[in-house]
Amino acid sequence: MRPLDLGYMAELAPVIAGYVPLTLMMAVIAMIAALVLAALLAIVRVLRVPVLDRLVAVFISFFRGTPLLVQLFLFYFGLPQVVPPMTGIDGVTAAIIGLTLHFSAYMAESIRGAILGVDRSQWEAAQSIGMTQGQLLRRIVLPQATRTAAPTLMNYFIDMIKSTSLAFTLGVTEMMGAAQKEAAGSFMYLEAFLVVALIYWAIVETLSVGQRRLEARLGRAVAR
Amino acid sequence: MSCEIDIRGLTKRFGANTVLDGIDLCLQPGERVAIIGPSGTGKSTLLRCLNFLDRPDAGVLKLGDLTVDAAKASRAQILALRRRTAFVFQNYGLFANKTARQNLTEGLTVVRGWSAARAEARADEILAQIGLADRGDSYPASLSGGQQQRVGIGRAMALDADLMLLDEPTSALDPEWVGEVLDLIRRIADGRQTMLIVTHEMQFAREIADRIVFMEGGRIVEEGPPAQIFGDPRDARTRAFLRRVG
Ligand SMILES: Nc1ncnc2c1ncn2[C@@H]1O[C@H](COP(=O)(O)OP(=O)(O)OP(=O)(O)O)[C@@H](O)[C@H]1O
Ligand SMILES: [Mg+2]
Repeated sequence: MRPLDLGYMAELAPVIAGYVPLTLMMAVIAMIAALVLAALLAIVRVLRVPVLDRLVAVFISFFRGTPLLVQLFLFYFGLPQVVPPMTGIDGVTAAIIGLTLHFSAYMAESIRGAILGVDRSQWEAAQSIGMTQGQLLRRIVLPQATRTAAPTLMNYFIDMIKSTSLAFTLGVTEMMGAAQKEAAGSFMYLEAFLVVALIYWAIVETLSVGQRRLEARLGRAVAR
Repeated sequence: MSCEIDIRGLTKRFGANTVLDGIDLCLQPGERVAIIGPSGTGKSTLLRCLNFLDRPDAGVLKLGDLTVDAAKASRAQILALRRRTAFVFQNYGLFANKTARQNLTEGLTVVRGWSAARAEARADEILAQIGLADRGDSYPASLSGGQQQRVGIGRAMALDADLMLLDEPTSALDPEWVGEVLDLIRRIADGRQTMLIVTHEMQFAREIADRIVFMEGGRIVEEGPPAQIFGDPRDARTRAFLRRVG
């Protein structure tokens, strides 16, 4: 067994860290899109909108019931064969779309749970003062539901960041791709992938600290 | 006799269960009517139907110049009706993400389209009337039950509604808070706010109401001035009920 080549790792770290912005960009865009989509899906479920409700149920079931990797391959390799506008879709876009749909399905379920957690009498009170369905969702229900769901949604964001590494399989040179290329030249696979792991770990730890602070703040706001 | 508020043939079924069986009720401007009756008799459902929190199956509701045929009420009519009525809930129904003051302004700014400044001025007036001038910035979770229900009533007051509907406003309260809430309702009643209140507090109903309505089995069995209903009830069912509640 040879010792770890720390010097090589130190050299490699900045190179791989150079791809952190790409990783974060994919995760942030997919997260924002997934949040919007998830909120819409959750509302359709909660209000039991005819027809749409059934479709959304199937959508959620499919994206929770199949592996993300399979979904990404479907978008990147499969769909372009039957949907002409999708030919020439690049790996980054396909990854963002895949992450968005996949995570929106999970997030819709937690948002739905949080919406149902807002006590019924608040819905009725909002209706009784003449608010429209849209007003009561926007002003009363969703702000509370978001607060309840925030810790879970934050966990999904962390999961999403880690899942961007799957874009590698769509030919995107992100952190994994870069490490793979470097290691192919140096044969130091352990060091290269260890650097990737440490960078992911550092990002996630940083976010976890932020998450704890956010939770403490949200907790205070409601208890005041 | 002019009916400011006129309810005709109001009917509500839950499945095969007819909960309201053709309710007729006429309220004159400023009239305060208390509804009493056994549990499960449709008292809450009656109030909820007037606000379309439960959708009635049949009947005609008239509030001033607004007439709504329950069976074919449009969304716009339902909103119009809600904008002229105010509801006080047994368990307050305060917006947990809004301060006491915001609970009062919400209906004014969002529904009535008032400016924030005007709504806040009105809210502060009402906070003073309900004895919470210094708690405007508090969230419901930090208020006592009695304070929360006073905010709930304040929210209804702010709307300056043609009809205030109160569904057992004190039954969820710890006994220590009942008095302050009843005092507040008494003051609103003294201001001749037209109101329909469901209550189990017989003494209170007797004091504040112009008229008592006794309901049983989804129907109005008997109605009349408090002195007559409590002193000389005509119907055997009314007598039995009043004997039971003491
Ligand atoms: N959403 C609903 N679905 C089905 N049945 C209902 C519903 N709401 C009320 N009911 C039924 O309607 C009847 C009348 O209920 P309601 O709550 O109006 O009675 P109440 O007179 O207010 O009683 P209480 O004095 O206990 O509050 C009851 O039999 C109740 O079970
Ligand atoms: Mg009731």
